[in-house]
Amino acid sequence: MNQKKNTVILVLFFSALLVIAVAPLIGMKLTPLGAVFDPAGAGIEGEIFWKLRVPRVAVSFLAGAALAISGMVFQAIFRNSLATPFTLGVSSGAALGAAAYIRFGLPAAVFGIPGTSVSAFGGALISILLVYGITRARKGFSTATMLLAGVAVSFFFSSLNLFIQYISDFTQTFRIIRWLMGGIEVAGFDSIWRLLPFVAIGTAFVVYLTNELNQFTTGEEIAASRGVNVVRVRRILFFAASLMVGGVVAVAGPIGFVGMMSPHICRIFVGPDHRYLTPATILFGGIFLTLSDTLARTVIAPAEIPVGVITALLGGPFFIWLLLGGATEKGIL
Amino acid sequence: MKTTALFSVQDYSFSIGRAQILQDLNFDVTAGEYLSIIGPNGAGKTTLLKCLVGIYSEGDGKITLNGKPLEAFSRKELAIQISYVPQAETGPVAFTAGEFVLMGRYPHLSPFSSIKENDREEAIEAMRVTGTLEFVDRHLETLSGGERQKVFIAAALAQGAQTLLLDEPTTFLDPRHADDIMSTLSRLNEESGVTIISVTHDINIAALECDRVLALKDGKVAFWGSPGEIMDRKVLKNIFERNFIMADHPVTGKPYVVPGRA
Repeated sequence: MNQKKNTVILVLFFSALLVIAVAPLIGMKLTPLGAVFDPAGAGIEGEIFWKLRVPRVAVSFLAGAALAISGMVFQAIFRNSLATPFTLGVSSGAALGAAAYIRFGLPAAVFGIPGTSVSAFGGALISILLVYGITRARKGFSTATMLLAGVAVSFFFSSLNLFIQYISDFTQTFRIIRWLMGGIEVAGFDSIWRLLPFVAIGTAFVVYLTNELNQFTTGEEIAASRGVNVVRVRRILFFAASLMVGGVVAVAGPIGFVGMMSPHICRIFVGPDHRYLTPATILFGGIFLTLSDTLARTVIAPAEIPVGVITALLGGPFFIWLLLGGATEKGIL
Repeated sequence: MKTTALFSVQDYSFSIGRAQILQDLNFDVTAGEYLSIIGPNGAGKTTLLKCLVGIYSEGDGKITLNGKPLEAFSRKELAIQISYVPQAETGPVAFTAGEFVLMGRYPHLSPFSSIKENDREEAIEAMRVTGTLEFVDRHLETLSGGERQKVFIAAALAQGAQTLLLDEPTTFLDPRHADDIMSTLSRLNEESGVTIISVTHDINIAALECDRVLALKDGKVAFWGSPGEIMDRKVLKNIFERNFIMADHPVTGKPYVVPGRA
């Protein structure tokens, strides 16, 4: 039983290595291996490879992993596979935070941390606290209340976002709209350093709280009676997830559905135990977004599709499948 | 000889929002006792149980466990002494019965520490005692209500606590499964000395199996005494606002009641 789960994780691990190794070679033109390891490193192909494609693949992988793991956390706390950064309005909150910073913010960083990311994190945290509060206030903690609260919060923040666009000048508006579609357009290693701390700290908290996540999926009251400090753990997990969503949204815009599909598909293969689910979800999310982004930048090359469009095209039907009970049929939450 | 109470509830009140759920409760529970809590719907039985487990913690007054106030315990310390079996409708759980029982060992784990051999042994023992070992690899959602309830009790036992709090463990169960649960509880109480506090709707079960009965009505203690004393038409009418017919049990000779209009 556990043998099978370990095998799945191992397969995902090697697939991730393969994807990370191969994806940067693919583009409008395939990069010949010789150019990659050219000792002079001066060739244009080597330049594109190291300065554009490698960072981009790294950011895709990190962003995918972070979104997937945030989705996993929300699904455990809400005990619902429809809970994700996107459906709960957390992405919208983060997007508003980031857009507000682009419009009003100081160009400088706050304590060396990029202001867009901090602002996006704040927006994410506010929206998850709002949605959780609303869901909690209605008796019974139902799927309907959760989704409606998510939709409401999402709409509210999106409207504020539209308002910001309205009062922005033409170039700013264009930048915000383009960025809202979700896209990983990075140049150089800067973006990696902007994203990595958020993902690393968030993931560390989640891994540290693996046992607690398992307890949460059986319900908060049972978790509490078994010795979990429910209020504190939930607070830390919301903080960690917001950190990750904020970090990703600031760099790549609100990319949807990665956080919904990844943990769910992994649960089919490794089951609900977070000791297996967490590593599987991280790897799957990373692979999924890297592949989607590779598709996004090659399918109509030389033009690019925003990767958010691709994940949404895949995720929409998946969401409907979940809503129609595909999940319950499989005997998973 | 002075026996110290396991639980001591003193002038305890609890409200949710503006609704006063529990009011000025005073009672003690002795270690090794089997206490049944009865009372009409909405009397505050479940709330009282959750206050005793420490799930609710913002009440007025005092609840002590072995002389120490509940707030003074960390959640894990509390979980090692008290375990809790909630009402049946707790939503779907995706784990197998074995995994779920093993998860009851949580208060004994530290972060990153994996499950040890003795955790596994405790879980297996808990499943053996409750007769659930045969479901070990079954998913909880594929079990019947009675089987599921027994797995929940096994998980509570695996937690290693000497006090077990149950919220209507036999509601929704057919007579055979209900009796199965009741005899498991009696056995735990008599043979292993586990203190049991159980909310129930069945007055006869309360009177037959337990050492003491606590009746709540509108959040106040309406009765506190022995099972023999609760079997009184006036007492019962006062609690449930309903007439009861009393009869003697044909086998045990103890009194039992059925609701009636007489």
